[in-house]
This record gives sequence, C-alpha cells and structure tokens, in this order.
Amino acid sequence: MAQDHDQHHDDHHEHGSELSEMQLRVRALETVLAEKGYIDPAALDVIIEAYETKVGPHNGARVVAKAWSDPAFRRALLEDGSKAVASLGLMNRVGDHLIAVENTPKLHNMIVCTLCSCYPWEVLGLPPVWYKSAPYRSRAVNDPRGVLADFGVTLPAGTDIRVWDSTAETRFIVLPMRPAGTEGWSEEKLASLVTRDCMIGTGLPKSAKEV
Amino acid sequence: MDGIHDMGGMHGFGKVEPEPNEPVFHAPWEGRTLALNRAMGYTGIWTIDQTRYGIEKLPPDVYLTSSYYRKWEIRLENLIVELGLAGADEIKAGHALRPGKPLKRKLTAADVPNTLSRGSFSRPAKSPARFKAGDRVRTKNIHPQTHTRLPRYAREKVGVVEAIRGCHVFPDTAALGKGDDPQWLYTVLFDGRELWGETSDPSLKVSIEAFEPYLEPA
Repeated sequence: MAQDHDQHHDDHHEHGSELSEMQLRVRALETVLAEKGYIDPAALDVIIEAYETKVGPHNGARVVAKAWSDPAFRRALLEDGSKAVASLGLMNRVGDHLIAVENTPKLHNMIVCTLCSCYPWEVLGLPPVWYKSAPYRSRAVNDPRGVLADFGVTLPAGTDIRVWDSTAETRFIVLPMRPAGTEGWSEEKLASLVTRDCMIGTGLPKSAKEV
Repeated sequence: MDGIHDMGGMHGFGKVEPEPNEPVFHAPWEGRTLALNRAMGYTGIWTIDQTRYGIEKLPPDVYLTSSYYRKWEIRLENLIVELGLAGADEIKAGHALRPGKPLKRKLTAADVPNTLSRGSFSRPAKSPARFKAGDRVRTKNIHPQTHTRLPRYAREKVGVVEAIRGCHVFPDTAALGKGDDPQWLYTVLFDGRELWGETSDPSLKVSIEAFEPYLEPA
C-alpha cells in the first residue's frame, strides 16, 4: 500500500473532506504567521511559482546532455558536481555538496533517502510522490531490482547495482549512459532524451528512436 | 530515534507506484505549505535537522496515513507552538491574538531567487579526519531517542570508507538546537550481504553518508 500515494488519490476522490480541511488549515496558519510579522505572503507566491515553472528536471537534463557532449565537463562534473553545475549558469546559485555518479555498462546507480525525502532539488526540482513513499524508501536499499521492475526497467545481465542512501546533506544525481545512435546530436536534442527518473536511477534515458 | 520514518529494508509496503505526468503540487495548499516552511526556515528560527526531527516525532499512525505535505503542515504548527512563535489558540482562531516575537530576518519576494539553492553545511574541522578512503569501519550500535541519521539497517555493519565529504554540521546535535557540532562526513560502502544476509542480491552494494561519531575502526 503506497500510503502517500493513496492519500493523494483520497484527496481527489473525497474532494470535500481533507482537501477543504487542509486548505482552511493552511490559510489559517498563513494568516497567523503574516499577522505576527514573520512571513510576507507575496514571497510565498514567488516560491510557488519558482517550483512550478523554473526549478525542475529540465535543469538536470541540461547537465547530463552537456556531460555527454563535452568530456572536460563530464570530468569536472564527476570531480565536483556543485562547481561544474554552477559553471553552466542555469540557476542563480548552486548549493554545495552535489555529487554526480556515473552509470557504466557494469554499474547502475540508484538514489534514495530512506529516512526522509532528500533529493537534489536544484537540478531535479521537487521529488515525485513515489520517491517520498514508503514502498520506495523501504525497498530501494534491499530490492532495487524489484523496484526497477515496478518501473518496467530490467538491467542487462552482468550489471551490478549501487544504491546511494542520502543520509546527510550531500545530494546525488545519476549520470546515465548516453544512448546509442546519438552521435553528432546537439546538446538540446540530447537533453530531450534525459528523463527525471534516469537521473534518480529508476529509469533509463529514452532511446534515439523515441524523440 | 527508532521511528517509523526509518524505513530502509522494511517489508510489506507494496509496489512503487509512479504517477504519469505528476503535477508539482496536487492541490494549492501543498504549494502554500511548502512555501510557508521555506519562509519560516529563512527567519533562522530553526535548523533543517529540527524540521526533520519534527516529522519523525509525529505519531506513527499519523506518519503513515498523512500525505507528505500534510505531515509538513502538522510539523509546522507543532514547531511554531513549541518555540512559542504563536499559540495553539491563535492557530485555531486563524488570527494573531498577540504581537509576534522579533525574528532575525523576513523573506521578501525580491529575496526569493537567492534562497532557492541550499546553503553550505560545511564547517571548519576541529581535528583531522579519523578515517581515510579505503579504511574498513564498523558502524556503531546506537539507538538514541532523539534525531540521528544513521539508519537502523546500517548499524553494527562493516563497510569501507569510499570518500571523505568534508566536515559538516552534525544533525544529531543540530536537531536539538544545540549548535553545529561539526563532524567529518564519509561515504561508507557496504556489501549487500553484510546488510541483508546470504539471500541478498550478490551484485548489490549500498552506501550511506556517515558522520564520524557513527563509526569505529573495523
């Protein structure tokens, strides 16, 4: 039972109860905090807009496409993720401690946070519900191939699997393998192959035929 | 704390269910809740570890049956009351009944773009790192009643230090509002069989990010 997930479905199905209860509750809390002088509601609007429109996996896709196209950038990314991503100028500022981990024909990487929901927000945006759910957090560390099967992904025989549990402020992004048949593609076209899930390690990039 | 949040390796939660074309927020109040948390965090009144501990302290039944942002909302109310920033009576009334406390700073719309990235958790080290890459280490068998970032499944296990990640704010201390207490941070790699026994996938390796106080030489 995917608790978080089911809960969201409940939100939709029983739109009356929890949805309106939560709307009222959050509105009351915001009013108190604004009247106390702690928060400015206009700032909240800007935060929400940023997460809905500016911060998202399109940033991570640009990073991956650049690493696929530019060997020097790939090396820099694997050496110091924060510094390399900052050099692309995709965002105002990049937080410290971003670590890129590279998939190879022999090794597949997967990212999880078993204790809460740690996730590289700046390059991938806010985490999807499944990433924060009990099924993913419980199983990623002891049954990652089963988790991959839930995503319809089977790794080739002979591929080892490495799971990174994000138990501190270090944040991880998977650098997937560049799909075959993409020689000479522009970075922009390459970025269209890069899905959010392939940067978490629960998916693979799209194939050249899919775009 | 050995709470319900520490889920690594638990059984019985079923399949992972990805949602196609998932929206960023499933209802407007979710976005509002996230933004309220960010704006209150900006005032400097609590650390990120205090907020994580706030979620962990929710009763297990509430934790398991509340959606992610509902947990955030309850946690926010609890922290605000605990720290005396507002009373439960005010939250219930939906209006301030008394003046606010002076806080260090207040997030304005103009400041938001500069606050979207995370700050640095690196801190100057008080002593040299005790371990180096390649060292065999054993995680301690600890069960603090308060916040820790050493998951249960990785306690009393032997692994290898793969990398030193610098000296960072120590969550176990920071969660209690007792300062940064900087400690060295390592990526420690375990064989799947060390964690899960002989039936583990033999091609599996799992790493945690482990603070030095969690480790002893093996």
